[in-house]
Amino acid sequence: MEAVFLTFILMLSIFVGFELINKVPATLHTPLMSGANAISGITVVGAISLAGTGQHDLANWLGAAAVALATINVVGGYLVTDRMLAMFKKKGG
Amino acid sequence: MIVETMQLITQLAYVVSAALFIFGLKLLGSAATARKGNMLSSVGMLLAIVAALLDQGIVEFQWILLGFVVGGAIGAAAARLVQMTSMPEMVALFNGFGGMASLLVGAAALSTATGTFTLVTIVLSILIGGLTFTGSLIAWGKLSETIGSGAVMFRGQQVVNSLVVLGILASAVMFCLQPENPTWLYLVIGLSLLFGIMAVIPIGGADMPVVISLLNSYSGLAACAAGFAVNNNILIVAGSLVGASGIILTQIMCKAMNRSLSNVLFSGFGSVSTEETEIEGEIKPISVEDAYYVLEASSNVAIIPGYGMAVAQAQHVVKELTELLEKKGAEVNFGIHPVAGRMPGHMNVLLAEADVPYDQLLEMDDINPRMETVDVAIVIGANDVVNPAAREVESSPIYGMPVINVDSARTVFVLKRSMASGFAGIENPLFYKENTRMLFGDAKESIGGLIRELSG
Repeated sequence: MEAVFLTFILMLSIFVGFELINKVPATLHTPLMSGANAISGITVVGAISLAGTGQHDLANWLGAAAVALATINVVGGYLVTDRMLAMFKKKGG
Repeated sequence: MIVETMQLITQLAYVVSAALFIFGLKLLGSAATARKGNMLSSVGMLLAIVAALLDQGIVEFQWILLGFVVGGAIGAAAARLVQMTSMPEMVALFNGFGGMASLLVGAAALSTATGTFTLVTIVLSILIGGLTFTGSLIAWGKLSETIGSGAVMFRGQQVVNSLVVLGILASAVMFCLQPENPTWLYLVIGLSLLFGIMAVIPIGGADMPVVISLLNSYSGLAACAAGFAVNNNILIVAGSLVGASGIILTQIMCKAMNRSLSNVLFSGFGSVSTEETEIEGEIKPISVEDAYYVLEASSNVAIIPGYGMAVAQAQHVVKELTELLEKKGAEVNFGIHPVAGRMPGHMNVLLAEADVPYDQLLEMDDINPRMETVDVAIVIGANDVVNPAAREVESSPIYGMPVINVDSARTVFVLKRSMASGFAGIENPLFYKENTRMLFGDAKESIGGLIRELSG
């Protein structure tokens, strides 16, 4: 049942994603991409539980490395998106 | 009891952070609210991370902390230091890190995996994560010109690719049947890394907007698969949002080139054989001074930037030129083709950096109907996206691609380094048209010359 439940979530969020992204204007496509990239760093959440098991086995080290890599994504992605969006100005604004 | 309450809190926090991601993306739909949207999305991320840290299974925090510090420092430094012209390669690199993280999570989840379904999702997260990683590294190399940006084709490429795919399928099946035998795991990892390389090397530099969108989508799908592997809702929700966004951008890019995705991925654009077509007319060069006289007398100017503007770092002088023309009473607009540059929206970010207001940047469908009233269309470092052969020459490899119709403007200035043909070697009849004048030289210097004439 668990698998069905997760697939349900998958399907709904893909539909939501399509609806949302279709409305983003072309001028914001680069920030959209880097912002989405930051969101894909969500893997860090999965990595955290693996890096904190205290087992000191291979899985633990892989988890720790994954935390570092995904954090680059999250921190870098959000900061650079913010930097870009701060530059977008309206005429006379 | 406490454990259950904590789990409930964690799950509820995930629900809130999913809502924040969705709302953040919604706000990204307008330039006025986009910054707030990004902020909301980052709050959602912070919440999800804090919730994950409250997980009862975590007994040791030092390695997590070390990961945060190292990753955060690298990410913050990169975000601060990167130049706007290098944005495509940085996004490519970040995509790659995301893919690698999902691969590692998938591999690490193996130690606690039970049941075939989990094994299948582990394989998927390793496979998608692995090919995203190496694919993104190759894309990064091509975009930053660390490696050649051309399409790499060799005899038997299709055969090698098919063998790699078959190898991945076979070892994935074997892995699910014998998860305790590490050989299959290593094979899946190795082959998916190899597949990422093989998938991106045959794609040329100008097709990068498609590739980078697709890899963006993959990095989301990899997170999604990792979410299945470790049984985590928020990974699935966030991952599929990103996956959907990448797929939509990929579609937009393909449509803007009038090519199917499979054509972009498998054809190796540079190798398309073109029929020789006779182009009538001759090339008419123009000096900066003469160009100035024409510009002086014009009241409606359209600027069409392309990748060449990014290469020449000319966005700031372009802005200066715009201001001078507006001071003289002319109307200036920008026409942005969806695939101008090396990633979706590349030109918009560069012009935003130079303080050009975003309502002055028109999309192709908005500028084309106005083109006939334009006195001068200035093409800066763009080639294929203004090529009239896409409308007129049926044998042209870009026939059918929607282009910006600069040739309907009264006069066209093409700023170009030399007459060497573009990446795909496609002849551009625009250069030979009656109303076209070629302004040869470095775009930045040519515009600088115009600025001196205009302000002098």
